[in-house]
Amino acid sequence: MKKMFALIVCFVLALTGCAQFATNPTSSEGSASGSGENTGDVTINVYNWGQYIASGDDGSIDVIAEFEKEYPNIHVNYTTYDSNETMYSKLKTGGISVDVIIPSDYMIARMINEDMLLPLNFDNIPNYQYIDEAYKNTTYDPENRYSIPYTWGTVGIIYNTKYVDEADIGGWELLWNQKYAGKILMFGNSRDAFGIAEELLGFDINTTDDQELQAAAEKLKEQKPLVQQYVMDEIFDLMENEEAWIAPYYAGDFLTMAAENEDLAFYHPSQGFNLFIDAMCIPSCCQNKEAAETFIDFLCRPDIAGGNMNWICYGTPETEARQYIDEEMTASEVAYPDEETLSKGSIFLFLPQETNQRMEELWLQVKTN
Amino acid sequence: MKRLNKIYTVLIFMFLYLPMLVLIVASFNTGKDITDFEGFTFRQYSALFRDRTLLTLLWHSLEVAVLSSLIATVMGTAAAVGIHRMRPRLRSLVLTVTNIPMTNPDIVTGVSLSLLFVFMGVLLRNNTILGFWTLLIAHVTFNLPYVILNIMPKLSQMDPALQEAALDLGCTPFQAFRKVTIHEIMPGIISGAIMAFTMSLDDFVISYFVYGPSYVTLPVEIYNYTKKPLQPKIYALFALLFALILLMMVLMNLLQARSERKKNLQHTAHAI
Amino acid sequence: MKRNKHLLSGTFLLTAPYIVWMIIFILIPLGVVVFYALTDSVTGMFTLGNLSKVFTGAFPKVFGRSVWYSLVASAICLLIGYPVAYFIARQKPSTQRILYMLVMLPMCMSFLLRTLAWVGILRDTGILNTLLGKIGIGPLHLIRTNGAVILGMVYNYLPYMIMPLYTVIMKIDPLLIEAAEDLGCSSRHVFTKVVLPLSLPGIISGVTMVFVPAVSTFYISQKLGSTSTTMIGDVIESQFKSANNPNLGAALSLVLMVLIFICVGIMNRFAGKDNEGGVVV
Repeated sequence: MKKMFALIVCFVLALTGCAQFATNPTSSEGSASGSGENTGDVTINVYNWGQYIASGDDGSIDVIAEFEKEYPNIHVNYTTYDSNETMYSKLKTGGISVDVIIPSDYMIARMINEDMLLPLNFDNIPNYQYIDEAYKNTTYDPENRYSIPYTWGTVGIIYNTKYVDEADIGGWELLWNQKYAGKILMFGNSRDAFGIAEELLGFDINTTDDQELQAAAEKLKEQKPLVQQYVMDEIFDLMENEEAWIAPYYAGDFLTMAAENEDLAFYHPSQGFNLFIDAMCIPSCCQNKEAAETFIDFLCRPDIAGGNMNWICYGTPETEARQYIDEEMTASEVAYPDEETLSKGSIFLFLPQETNQRMEELWLQVKTN
Repeated sequence: MKRLNKIYTVLIFMFLYLPMLVLIVASFNTGKDITDFEGFTFRQYSALFRDRTLLTLLWHSLEVAVLSSLIATVMGTAAAVGIHRMRPRLRSLVLTVTNIPMTNPDIVTGVSLSLLFVFMGVLLRNNTILGFWTLLIAHVTFNLPYVILNIMPKLSQMDPALQEAALDLGCTPFQAFRKVTIHEIMPGIISGAIMAFTMSLDDFVISYFVYGPSYVTLPVEIYNYTKKPLQPKIYALFALLFALILLMMVLMNLLQARSERKKNLQHTAHAI
Repeated sequence: MKRNKHLLSGTFLLTAPYIVWMIIFILIPLGVVVFYALTDSVTGMFTLGNLSKVFTGAFPKVFGRSVWYSLVASAICLLIGYPVAYFIARQKPSTQRILYMLVMLPMCMSFLLRTLAWVGILRDTGILNTLLGKIGIGPLHLIRTNGAVILGMVYNYLPYMIMPLYTVIMKIDPLLIEAAEDLGCSSRHVFTKVVLPLSLPGIISGVTMVFVPAVSTFYISQKLGSTSTTMIGDVIESQFKSANNPNLGAALSLVLMVLIFICVGIMNRFAGKDNEGGVVV
């Protein structure tokens, strides 16, 4: 028995040894609990959406690796979230320190309102000059103090032309079409889901009216039996392997999916749709502000921004970066819709706390109903 | 009847192993989709070994599992011996509390610990409290009952006269404890430690509530991976871990068989 | 006398670290859960609102569904696990060891990935339906049904049932069965009068070990269930992880905990089991 125990201990030690060796080929970086021994070495925690930075596959640039090569003193610890609300909950709960986040417009407004963001030091972010004027002085950050645009995009419906009748497309009703029961996916976060229901009902997507919110919730409950799953990034797999046929999602991600499955198509619903900007911010729990700003500056560099957009397929807020993006994409109506289409988009605005809470409450009702 | 039972058992084992087989086959697939096998390749394995993040996560998991099971074993062994000597009323009270993490669902344990840590973070004005230490504490906490409950039966089986004899023969209480008690309950300690180690290595639910971005373990990150298009190298990792655990179990089995055979031989020798 | 004193102070020193640990990391956290459950998420004032919410709306239905699914899953685990445990316990020791190891092995592998494998097998465009399609059947709608959720539970927790059952059945003295047979019992009687009562502690322990994780699961129903199979674990997770309402989450956790303690308490009383045994593993 003792021998057996000794064997197990040896085995575990060998295993940990292997893993340790494999993670530390150059032995200069401390992998165990983060901070390096060399003074001046810092680790920044970047918390971003899933599938939202070029990772080096399919011949793209590996943004984080490039950054670490250029700034060997800064180590990036990268984690992901699947919705603004998840990120917000995590930061609100506390106990963690995050240095860079990339929330959407309305969430930025909410976090500014709740003192959850730090004003940026633009001296450390010279590449801010490349951001187009159109993406400055926004409603969510009117004085340009807290955020720097990362991408912009639109929400629309992705559908599979093999199964979906062209006669049925056009508006948001497709998501309520009985014919496709069980093959429809729906947003797994409250704001996007309510936004769609509100657009379908002809309400303002920033409504705070309780009756309208309740009506939207009713509409979502009506849709529920047809919905296969409430999901976020799981949509990629489900749409690509045709487990589902219809899904509302972000336009940029459609381009990624369409590269895998050519039968997928996209349209902007006629009732209007959400137009969004995702921007880089530094939350108040940040511990390495300067390094975080260096990282943000790096992402703003036109060649990096362009290479990055090539992989994530969203719109870039930098005209200067477009030269680094495949022409096929910049010409795409989906990634860069024309003025006329864009005019139908509306932006999510800041909502008061009571409305956010009410919406979460109704959303929970929809899901548990 | 016996034959039927055999076929039935084989069927149940197939049910248990089929999904794992699917994952292992998928690790050799050239395509991304688990359903259709496009061609054979080792590419996922080379991708896995180039992925420093995944290996770091595996290292983190092992680190927490080894440390937490070690701490839990030491603390739990001491506690079990102490509890064994307690008056019945007190013992029953302590054992009831010990049972709480066992009967409490993982999600409640995870939630309660995360609330406590965050609360402590506010008190200590420390906004990076979630990380290695909170994971370690949580794992020790849910490992302790496994260790204690594995040792308690061995203690009640032990002859109390043994300890007395050791003391009468001039052992100090500590020597008696080390040479007699520990020796007698060793099998319980070992099985408790092994169980704690495996529980800790594969824990997802509790870790999911108490981890911080600075220190993530493999099961937690696998959950995040499953929320995105799954990279096939995860299948390769699964297959490798499967092979490793299988190997470890086979070795354990062989050793156990050998020691048992030796014991049997000794017995026969004695008999003769 | 002196020796006794020694032993007693030793007892204190041995147990003290554990007792302190237990108080800080088991009892106080439960107190914190109660505290959160009783405070308002916005004002931070005392309220019974969270708890009363748990008993209104769709929550009782969600609780009921979770309990019902996990009871069914526990029953199925018991029914299909018992013969397996019995079979293993009747093999020669070396075979027993190997089979026991094979039961334990799945428990060491990531349950997330194993559940995901079932998604690949069961989904409309999955492995099973592709195979059925080749012989001209289907596609069958298997995934996102109640059955799929229960299947996922049975699959994941079956080893937790087999292990304690095996442990008790193994300890049943074969002589006892022989004696019963000699006294003229039919094989059915031997089973119902001798084997089954003697394996009762294992049954209780196994059912507990399946029921508790099943009732609180939050991954299986997300992956294998439909939009109408939301379980209480899913709701608790969403309150902490995305809806940012830890107070409601704490209230739900508290009720779930009490519910489980009641269920387990009833089962243990039923088996007349004392504290010492804890869980038979």
